[in-house]
Amino acid sequence: MGLKLQQSQHQHQHQHHSVAVKVNEQTGTKRGYTFIQANRAWLPKFLLLWVMVMAFLSTWIYKKMDADIKVRRKEVLSSMCDERARMLQDQFSVSVNHVHALAILISTFHYYKNPSAIDQETFAEYTARTAFERPLLSGVAYAERVVHSERGEFEKQHGWTIKTMQREPSPVRDEYAPVILSQETVSYIESLDMMSGEEDRENILRARATGKAVLTSPFRLLGSHHLGVVLTFPVYKSKLPTRPTVEERIEATAGYLGGAFDVESLVENLLGQLAGKQAILVNVYDITNSSDHLIMYGHQNQDGDLALLYESKLDFGDPFRKHTMICRYQQKAPTSWTALTTAFLFFVICLLVGYILYGAAIHIVKVEDDFHEMQELKVRAEAADVAKSQFLATVSHEIRTPMNGILGMLALLLDTDLSSTQRDYAQTAQVCGKALIALINEVLDRAKIEAGKLEMETVPFDLRSILDDVLSLFSEKSRNKGVELAVFVSDKVPEMVMGDPGRFRQIITNLVGNSVKFTERGHIFVKVHLAENTKPVVDAKVETCLNGGSDGGVPISDAHQFKTLSGYEAADERNSWDSFKHLVSYEESRYDASINMTVPGETSQSVTLMVSVEDTGIGIPLIAQDRVFMPFMQADSSTSRNYGGTGIGLSITKCLVELMGGHISFVSRPQVGSTFTFTADFGRCKKASFNDTKKSNTEDLPSSFRGLKAIVVDRKPVRAAVTRYHLKRLGMLAEVAGSVKIAASACGKNGSSCGSKIQPDIILVEKDLWLSVEDGGLSLRMLDWKQNGQAFKLPKMVLLATNITNVELEKAKAAGFVDTVIMKPMRASMVAACLQQVLGIGNKKQAGKDVQNGSLRSLLCGKKILVVDDNMVNRRVAAGALKKFGAAVECAESGKVALKLLQIPHSFDACFMDIQMPEMDGFEATRQIRMMESQANEQMNGSGIDKGFARKGEWHVPILAMTADVIHATYDECLKCGMDGYVSKPFEEENLYQAVTKFFKV
Amino acid sequence: MDVVNQLQRQFLDYSASLHREGFLDDQFTQLQKLQDENSPDFVVEVASLFFEDCEKLINNMARALEQQQGVDFKQVDASVHQLKGSSSSIGAMRVKNVCIAFRSFCEAQNREGCLRCLQQVTQEYSLLKNKLQTLFRLEQQILAAGGSVPTIE
Repeated sequence: MGLKLQQSQHQHQHQHHSVAVKVNEQTGTKRGYTFIQANRAWLPKFLLLWVMVMAFLSTWIYKKMDADIKVRRKEVLSSMCDERARMLQDQFSVSVNHVHALAILISTFHYYKNPSAIDQETFAEYTARTAFERPLLSGVAYAERVVHSERGEFEKQHGWTIKTMQREPSPVRDEYAPVILSQETVSYIESLDMMSGEEDRENILRARATGKAVLTSPFRLLGSHHLGVVLTFPVYKSKLPTRPTVEERIEATAGYLGGAFDVESLVENLLGQLAGKQAILVNVYDITNSSDHLIMYGHQNQDGDLALLYESKLDFGDPFRKHTMICRYQQKAPTSWTALTTAFLFFVICLLVGYILYGAAIHIVKVEDDFHEMQELKVRAEAADVAKSQFLATVSHEIRTPMNGILGMLALLLDTDLSSTQRDYAQTAQVCGKALIALINEVLDRAKIEAGKLEMETVPFDLRSILDDVLSLFSEKSRNKGVELAVFVSDKVPEMVMGDPGRFRQIITNLVGNSVKFTERGHIFVKVHLAENTKPVVDAKVETCLNGGSDGGVPISDAHQFKTLSGYEAADERNSWDSFKHLVSYEESRYDASINMTVPGETSQSVTLMVSVEDTGIGIPLIAQDRVFMPFMQADSSTSRNYGGTGIGLSITKCLVELMGGHISFVSRPQVGSTFTFTADFGRCKKASFNDTKKSNTEDLPSSFRGLKAIVVDRKPVRAAVTRYHLKRLGMLAEVAGSVKIAASACGKNGSSCGSKIQPDIILVEKDLWLSVEDGGLSLRMLDWKQNGQAFKLPKMVLLATNITNVELEKAKAAGFVDTVIMKPMRASMVAACLQQVLGIGNKKQAGKDVQNGSLRSLLCGKKILVVDDNMVNRRVAAGALKKFGAAVECAESGKVALKLLQIPHSFDACFMDIQMPEMDGFEATRQIRMMESQANEQMNGSGIDKGFARKGEWHVPILAMTADVIHATYDECLKCGMDGYVSKPFEEENLYQAVTKFFKV
Repeated sequence: MDVVNQLQRQFLDYSASLHREGFLDDQFTQLQKLQDENSPDFVVEVASLFFEDCEKLINNMARALEQQQGVDFKQVDASVHQLKGSSSSIGAMRVKNVCIAFRSFCEAQNREGCLRCLQQVTQEYSLLKNKLQTLFRLEQQILAAGGSVPTIE
C-alpha cells in the first residue's frame, strides 16, 4: 500500500513536470518567431513604402535620362549652328576677298594706266566671266568719287548727268559717287549716285576712312527684293603711305567698289548643302544696334522650338557691323519615349518584385502560423498520449494493490473451514482475481511499451532452461488435456545468449499459453533454430523426397497420420518431419564435422534466432487473421466467452519481439492449428563472461550421464528427435529405432559381436507405441533377453508418457519397465532426475537443488550487509528484515558514512542504498564507491594478483538501490552510476529474492 | 487460560480494527512477522524510533511554517519526505496519506494548505501513538499472562 501511494504521488509530480515542459516549449517556440513573423503588421506598410520609393526612383531615372537627351540635343544644335556660321563666314570672306581683288584691279588698270585700260565694256565682261568667283554677290559696280567742282566736267565726259537713287538728276552736293562701271546684272544702277542713298553714303564714308570692306545693314535689294547687304570697298588712286591717316585716305580715294550680297539666297544655298536642313531653323541677324536686331535671313515669325536657341557669332570682316546666327530646332523636342519606357518598365518590375516579396512574406507568415499551430497540437497530442499511458499505468497499479489484498484475503478464507459451496465460490473469486491481476500486468506492460519505458536488458542467459521452465508451467494443463508439449532447440543455437530473459520468457509464455488455451488434442511444439538455417531446409525439400525411403526404420502404419509431433496435421508444413528431419540431419553432419572448429558465424556479434510455436488447436478464423496483433482484439466475441483472455497478449508479444529486433508472423488454418514464428536478435556471449555467468544463472545439468548410450523407440520421428535432443543435452548418445524389435535386435547383435558400436544403457519407449503395437511381444522379448544376456549389463527400459493411468503403470512394470515413468513434457533437468532415479547415479545434484530452491534465508544467511538510509525508521526496518533472513546487518545513516565503511578492504557482501538522501544521494555515493574500487583494483593488478586481501578477483561490492518508486525508478540510472539492481521499499520478499539471487550463489 | 484467550482475541480484534480503519497497513504486519526470539522488542523499538522521529520532524515543520513570510518549503518538503518514508516503513498508512497531500501543498508552496496538513499529521500521529500504545499494552498483558502474541495472517 505504501508503495502504491508514493507511486501515485510521484506520478502527480511527473505530470506537473510535463506541464512545465510544455510551457517551456511554448515559450521556446515564441522565441523562434522569425523577423518576418515579428513584423507581420508592418508588411502592407512595407509594401506601400516600397512602391513609393520605387515610384520616386523611376521618376528620377526618367528625369535624368530626359536631361541627358536634352543636353545631347543642345550639343547637336550648337555644333550644327557653329558649322553653319563658319561656312557662311568662309564663303562670305571668299567673296569679300574677290571684291578686294577687283578693287585692286580697278586701281591698277583704271587709275595707274593713262589712258584707262578699263571701260564699261571690259568691266562688264570681266565681271561677268568671273561671276562664279562671287556666287554670293548679285553684282558689282564701281562708283567714282566726284567732287562738286568736277561735276560738270565729269558729266560732260560721260555724257550723262548724275542721278539720285530715285533716278532723278542729283541735287547739288559736296561730293558724288556715280556708278561708272557695273556688272551687267546690275547695269540699272549706272550713273546713280551712290551717295544719295543714306545707307550707301554712310558705307562709302566709312569705307574710305578705314580702307576696308564695309557692310550696310540689311535691306531689300533693288533687283530681287531679297534681303541683302551692300559691300563697299574704297579704291585709292595713289599709293598710300604705310600708316595713312583718315585725311590721307579720304584724299587718296578715287572711287568705291560695291557689291550686293544676297544674304537670303546665300544662306539658303548654304543650308541646302548641309544635312539636316529641315531639322533646324536658322535666323541671321544684324545686331550692330543692340536694341534693334535687324533680320538678315529667316522668318520673323516665331515658329519652331523656341525653348532651345543657339547663337553663333558671325564675323563678315566689318568690325563696325556685328552679325549673329541663331539656330533652333524646327520641331519641339519630342517626348523621349526611351526614358519614359525605361522608367515605366523599371517601376513595373519593381512593383512586381515588391509584390512577390510581399506575397512570399505573407506566405511565410501563414506557413509559420500553421507550423506553430501544428507544433502546439503535436505537443498537446503527445501530452495526451503520455497522460493516457500514465493514466493506464497509474490505474492498473492502483488496482493491483487492492487486488493483492483481495487475493490474500481469499487465500486466508480458503484456509478456514468452509462448506464446499463456499469453497467453490471463494476459489472462483480467487481465480478471477488472479486473472484480473494478470490482465492488469499486461495492460501495465502495454502502457509501458507505449510510453517507451520498457527497456530491454542485455544479460547472458540460457535459452534452453528458460524454454524448459515455460514448458513446465504448462505441463500440468497440457497433461490434463492430453496434449503433447515439446521443445526442440537446434544444436547450433549457442548455449548462452545475451538478451532479456524475462521478456523472452514472456513471449514464449504468451504464445505457448495461447496454444495451450486453444488446443484440445494433438500437440504444441516449440522449436528454436538459427534464422540462417531455414533456407537450406527449404532447399532440401526435394532432396528429402529422394531420401525418404532409405530411412526404413519408420514404418508408416496409418496413412492418415501426419509426420508431425503428435501425428495431427499442423498448419505450417515447414514443421513437419520432411523438413525437420533434414534440419536435424543437416545440423548433425555440420555439428559432427565442425565439432572442434569454430562454427561459421560465431565470429559475428549477434545471432538471429527463429522460434516457432506450433499447435494443433482450433486455429484462427481467416477473417480475424489480420487483426490478431491488434490490442484487445480476439477472433470474435465468443472467443473470450469460451476461452477467456483479453487479446492483449499477442499485441504485447509483437511489441516485445520488435523491441528484440525481430519480426513475428503466423500461419493458421481453422480447425487445423496455428504456427507462430518469430525471429529475435540476441548477442553472442563472449567466452570469458560466459564462464562467469554460467554458474550463477543456469541450473547446471548433471554431467554424470555423459557418454551413456540410449535407444529411443518411437515411430514418430519428430517426437523421437525431441527426445534425442533432451538426451543429448545430458551428454548422452541416442539412437532412434522404429520399434522395440529393432531396438532389441540391435542390442542383441551388438551383444554377441563384441565390437559394439552401441551398447545401450537405456531404452526409452513411447507409451502409445508400446500399448498399441508391441504389447505382449515386448515382455517376452525382454524375458528372453534377460535370460540370454547375463554377461551384459542389461539396458534399463523406461517408459515415456504424456499421461498414464495406474493400470497402465502396473502393466508396464510387469512388462519389465522400471518404476519411473518419464512424464512429458520433457525437460532436461526432469529427465536427468528420472534417469538418476533409474540408474541410481549419485544424487549429489539433487541435494544441491534443495538448497538452491531454499528461501531467501539460505541466500542471505551469514552474509554481511550494509544498509544505507538517512531515515532512522527505514533503516531499522530494513535491518530487521534482513536480519530475519539471517544476514549480519550494519547500518549507515548517510552516503558519507557508507563510503567510510566501504573503504577497501572491507568485509561486506552487499550494500542496500537509499537513493534520496541529503548531502550525498545514493547515486553519488555509489559512483564514489565504484571509483574507489576501480582504483583498488588497478593497484592490485599493478602490484601482482595474489597479494594480501585479494579475496576475489576484483573488488565489486553489489549495490542495490532501495526505492519506493519502482515503475519510474530508472533502472538505467541505477546501472549508470554502477548499481547492480534495485529493490522496492518496503521490502517485498519476492522482489528481494530476485534481486539478491543474482549475487549470492549457493 | 481463559484470560489469555480473551486477551488474544482482544488483541486480534484491535489490530484488525486498526487495519480496517486504515491506521496500519500490511507493512506493519510484516514488521510483526520480523519480530522473533532474537529481537523480541523489534516492533516496539521501531515504533518508538518512529515516534521520536515524528515528533522531531513535526517540530521542525511547525517551526519552518511559523514564519509569516519566506517559508523554506524545501526544508519542509524534505521533512515531509522523511516522515513519509518512515511512516510507509512502519505501515502507518493514514500518516503517510496525509504526507502525500502535504507534499503536494509544499510543491505548490501553499502555506495555508501546509499548515492544515501539519495539523492533520499531528492529529494522526497522536492518534496512532495512542492506538499503538494500547496495542503494545495488550501485547504485554498477553505476555505477562503467559500467552504468546498471536500472529496476524
